[in-house]
Amino acid sequence: MELAEIITRVNTAVPGAIVPTEDDAGFIQVEPKHWLKVAQLLKDDPELRFDSLMCITGVDEGPEGRLWAAYNLHSMELLHKLEVRIFVNRKNGSIPSVANLWRTADWHEREAYDLIGIKFKGHPDFRRILLPYDWEGHPLRKDFETPDYYRGMPVPKDKRGWE
Amino acid sequence: MDLSLDHRFEKDNILVGKLDDLINWARSNSQWYFQFGLACCAIEMIAAAQPRHDLERFGAMPRASPRQSDVILVSGTVTLTMATRVKRLYYQMADPKYIISMGSCANSGGPYWEHGYHVLKGVDLIIPVDVYVPGCPPRPEALIEGLLELRKKIREETPLRKVS
Repeated sequence: MELAEIITRVNTAVPGAIVPTEDDAGFIQVEPKHWLKVAQLLKDDPELRFDSLMCITGVDEGPEGRLWAAYNLHSMELLHKLEVRIFVNRKNGSIPSVANLWRTADWHEREAYDLIGIKFKGHPDFRRILLPYDWEGHPLRKDFETPDYYRGMPVPKDKRGWE
Repeated sequence: MDLSLDHRFEKDNILVGKLDDLINWARSNSQWYFQFGLACCAIEMIAAAQPRHDLERFGAMPRASPRQSDVILVSGTVTLTMATRVKRLYYQMADPKYIISMGSCANSGGPYWEHGYHVLKGVDLIIPVDVYVPGCPPRPEALIEGLLELRKKIREETPLRKVS
């Protein structure tokens, strides 16, 4: 199924869910509040059948830019692909978790939270996945500052005497 | 008749020497290493232990427990999470203990020296390193060289005397 057909189909089922983007953008943008319904539709609709969530990517565009997550979906049955982007509020925004729909989302959402700091509401086991539990901050954010010490160990390279 | 010690017992199957030398001989020929295979350097360390390079001909043998080993072989990127473990296991080892730092990452942080928020910039920041083996990763021959350097270092020790 082509992207334009997918957009029409989602728009008729959940009106107002898709934020209009440029025609050749190649992805659809969904409002966080509609995401659970849209996800359910994408998975269960006999014409869409996105049974595989391939990846969730968190993106931070810097303190002035946007914060968003990209979901890459694939249908094993109908062999078509789709990218869904969801933009969140930097300060207190969150995205509804789809870990109960696609089990893949469980760890991917935890990773996006761990490194970028996007919060996912309703996740069954929401904690850090890669970094230690006592780590402060989300290191792939553009405004992240490396701490001087972690548990007494110096983190930045000591460059005294280099030049 | 010569009555000096090394000639007096010549015919009785008795050797006269320093106890230090005996201890050093034993220590330097059984460097059982505690394998910290943390990244790609681990592949070279494994290759060094396999039949082609055969570390065991030098008495060096991989161990997976701090209680049985004499040398820590830190081969690979020491992340901060792993660093806490390295430190802890170092303190669990019995003396005498030696440390070989293998590869650029363990020596100085390697490619993560500037932007690696998660990497310890050299394992010598937390434990005292005896021998550094440079390379990214070092070839097994380089690791063997490092082990032989450590052996030289051990043979110069005086475990029974304190040097002022």
